Amino acid sequence: MKSAVFAVFKKELKRFFSDRRMVITTLLLPGLLIFVMYNFMGNAVTNMIDGGEEKYVINAVNIPKSIKMITEQEQIGFEINETDISELQAVKDSLKDGEECDACVVFPEDFDTAVSRYDSHSGEKAPEIKIYYNSSSAQSAAAYQTLISMLDMYESSMINKFDINTGNEVYDLVDNKDMTGQVFSMLLPMLLMMFLYSSCVSVVVEAIAGEKERGTIATMLVTPAKRSHIAIGKIASLSLIALLSASISTVCTIASLPALMGAESEMISGGVYGIKDYLLTALIILSTVLVMISLILIASAFASSVKEAQTYIIPIMIIVLAAGISGMFGNPPDRSALYLIPLYNSVQCMSGIFSFNINYANIVITVISNTVYTGLGIVILTRLFNSERVMFSK
Amino acid sequence: MFFTETILTADKLTKTFKLSAKQQRLEKTKNKTITAVDGLSFSVNEGEIFGLLGPNGAGKTTTLRLLATLIRPDSGDAFIKGFSIVKEPEKVRENIGFLTSDLRLEDFFTPNYLYDFFARLHNVPEEISAERKKRLFDTFGIGDFAEVKVGNLSTGMKQKASLAISLVHDPSVIIFDEPTNGLDVITAKVVTDFLKELKRNGKTVIISTHIFSLIEKVCDRVGVIINGRMAVCDTIQNVADGKSLEDSFFDIYSERVGGEV
Repeated sequence: MKSAVFAVFKKELKRFFSDRRMVITTLLLPGLLIFVMYNFMGNAVTNMIDGGEEKYVINAVNIPKSIKMITEQEQIGFEINETDISELQAVKDSLKDGEECDACVVFPEDFDTAVSRYDSHSGEKAPEIKIYYNSSSAQSAAAYQTLISMLDMYESSMINKFDINTGNEVYDLVDNKDMTGQVFSMLLPMLLMMFLYSSCVSVVVEAIAGEKERGTIATMLVTPAKRSHIAIGKIASLSLIALLSASISTVCTIASLPALMGAESEMISGGVYGIKDYLLTALIILSTVLVMISLILIASAFASSVKEAQTYIIPIMIIVLAAGISGMFGNPPDRSALYLIPLYNSVQCMSGIFSFNINYANIVITVISNTVYTGLGIVILTRLFNSERVMFSK
Repeated sequence: MFFTETILTADKLTKTFKLSAKQQRLEKTKNKTITAVDGLSFSVNEGEIFGLLGPNGAGKTTTLRLLATLIRPDSGDAFIKGFSIVKEPEKVRENIGFLTSDLRLEDFFTPNYLYDFFARLHNVPEEISAERKKRLFDTFGIGDFAEVKVGNLSTGMKQKASLAISLVHDPSVIIFDEPTNGLDVITAKVVTDFLKELKRNGKTVIISTHIFSLIEKVCDRVGVIINGRMAVCDTIQNVADGKSLEDSFFDIYSERVGGEV
């Protein structure tokens, strides 16, 4: 009767791969979206850091030579319009209306001399620079912040006693491996868990609750095929589809992580990992998918419709999320007993692999315990298939 | 007519269902359970067509579901070809074909694919399956729509496909729940003719229906079920007792339930 396992396995695969819409939405679209989204986010962050090509239009009253020299440097994106004090009110009005300029700076007359004469211990009032801006305009608010930073730096430079890391030397001694390890071990386990979960949900809910809703699962249950064989056929085929979907999403994530990380992109590369690391990760992912598929299958078996099943699986989603987030903090624990906790064990193992702290004993515990949980899942699912209250509930 | 062997024996089959609060309100009862089948005993001989006749809610479908091992009895047992529905459900399923409107075919697949799929679930060797498929598809005229997805078929076409698929393993006992329900007169005739052909081929057929003409046309014996109990079980002639089956049924019903129908 092993042919029943294979027949169900083949039927589920045919159901999925013959449905162009399902293939696009489950396999291709998530990976493509991840790639586009991460590249877009990375570029947006880089542009924000670089300040882009944007130039702020600043009206300046009594601008001193020293400041003028600084603003003329190309990196500082200011377009300075020298303005007479008599025009100040008109400039303020235009700032209110959000027109023409982004900020207006008013320096005291003869600012450079006043600053050089000023003694901070004298108790006298320091020369004051006034900056007018409009916080309701993002451009004006950004111009204000940039001006403040520039003037603060100028002020610091006048009392300069020492410098830090001003040479052309490389001071951060991190290498590609460490940097990739840090970024990958923090982000990838969580992202992988999310990809695996969403891949599993999209195919599993339909395969049990959908069949129950349409009355097609009972047609299978009236054949002499063992319920356990039907369960195994379903779990195996759905795991394969979920793995494929998650693999595409993972490849797209690894390809777009450098873009997402912006400035550090040159330091990050999946190439620092060896075949052994990838094989171990694949092993962990495979055992995780089996556990997830079993959990979602069991939850959706209780539902009488796809809609109901979507509600029943919410607690599983929360657990997957919590397990995923646990990988973002600290190093993987050493206590082997913790690796008996399903889903959490997978995240910690992946975290260990990506940060080059591989603990083989914990990986073995994880894979074996996940396999045992899947076996339990098959037993429970077989019982549910035998339960008329579950299978024929309306 | 001469039948020798008993192929199916139902022995005091009982099945109760729990009622939800909503169902209790609808049924206007305070009972938390409802007895669908109440100590039902009957037997079916090899090679005959046996009909279960009764009004809606009498327990016909529940009885057939029990026989098909989709649900388990609370007490009692039934034996099909000597296999217990309680202890050997897989053996029972190997020997029966079951067709009911509750069991549907997946809209996404074609009758051709589904036939092969169910043949594999029944472990039918490929050559035998192919030869049998040709014969069944010819009988029901499925060839024209064998490669059309079930979702795009008419009700009659779906019923024909379901009939063919329920017979992939050439079962010796065929159980049909309301086989002509919802069918047009042409398709209904195809089905009734097929029931007779199954009998000619030595198969045992059990059908449930509330259509008197179908019982009169095809059945050798009939069991009248009222409120989950077997009221009468005999040949059509004996049950009709010189009247039409319909008149006789109403007499039995009045006698059991009380009052005029």
